[in-house]
Amino acid sequence: MIESFASWATAAVFGAEASMWADSFRFFVFETVKIGALLLVITHIMGAVNAFFPVERVREVIASGRLRGLEHLGASVFGAVTPFCSCSSIPLFLGFLQGQIPLGVTFSFLITSPLVNEVALALFLGMFGWKVTLTYAVSGILLGTLLGWALGKFRLERYVEDWVWKIAEKRPAGALRSPIHSLRAISSEAFGIIQKIGVYVLVGIGVGSLIHGFVPTGFFESFLNESNPLGVPLSVAIAVPMYASASGVIPVVQALVAKGVPLGTAMSFMMATVGLSLPEALILRKVMRPRLLGVFFGSVALSIVGLGYLFNLVY
Amino acid sequence: MQIKILGSGCPNCNRLEVNTRLALEQLGLEAEVTKVTDMAEIMSYGVMSTPALVVNDEVLLAGQASSPRAVAKILVR
Repeated sequence: MIESFASWATAAVFGAEASMWADSFRFFVFETVKIGALLLVITHIMGAVNAFFPVERVREVIASGRLRGLEHLGASVFGAVTPFCSCSSIPLFLGFLQGQIPLGVTFSFLITSPLVNEVALALFLGMFGWKVTLTYAVSGILLGTLLGWALGKFRLERYVEDWVWKIAEKRPAGALRSPIHSLRAISSEAFGIIQKIGVYVLVGIGVGSLIHGFVPTGFFESFLNESNPLGVPLSVAIAVPMYASASGVIPVVQALVAKGVPLGTAMSFMMATVGLSLPEALILRKVMRPRLLGVFFGSVALSIVGLGYLFNLVY
Repeated sequence: MQIKILGSGCPNCNRLEVNTRLALEQLGLEAEVTKVTDMAEIMSYGVMSTPALVVNDEVLLAGQASSPRAVAKILVR
């Protein structure tokens, strides 16, 4: 349906003649409508999940011990379904420690929360289909689980800033009564997210469309193929400072993959843009000493590089 | 009525403050609105997502900026 709408719109603008511009335009219309719809649906679903199962409840479930040894996996899954906002990182971190949740489990949540989020999922689903999306989500959740578990093995508590422990010692005054959520509030929150990232997504789809229309197929294969061992770490290094436009990067990368960039390299590139953000690092610096921050971000970056090699082997 | 806005000063927190003041104006209510940026105090409310709206020491909203209308609805309850 969207396909025929895109073709109709293209014919209306460019006439029946086939050209590179027409190709790009058709791609742009098609992807914009499809991704817009997906964003609308997924941000609403995630908003509803968050309204009925807020982080305060997540903390309760993890702290209660009901997960019986699966705390890291649980925290990672919860991290995936809660909408991510870097401005909430500190209260989240403090809140988990306050609930006597181990640092490793807290890390599991902190790693997965930005890595697997509603916007990235919507874009992945739209650009790469459900198989790649599922691979991305599952590997993101496993990465958070295993890395949080591993980091928990090294007593890193001493590298958390002292003031954090002073706050964490105090139990919260009263249990949070369920805050009020209305459907309208969920919806306005969802539209707020879309508004915030909309420009980036549009620019991303625009650039992707031009690549689709103008760059010859297989163009990148000559220098960014699987046998180039530096491709994966290089793409991760480029990705880290690109956080602000993470949502715009995914459509561009999809176009690059269509023109011959290996999917594994592309996956680790996208994981790094989405999951490793400079602003979040700066915010977390308030609660973590530089060494801990380095270990945290360094290990996530290394794991993403590892995953990239793995994906390149599999695909 | 005592209203507190909990938040570390992110854009959303400022939005919630503005929306709360607008809501009060619409309702013609008088209230003391204070912003709480001290992490220790924020955490003492058991809130993990900011911004949060606290009315007479009860947390009524957490993790969203909400619209003036939604805030007004909460305030009249």
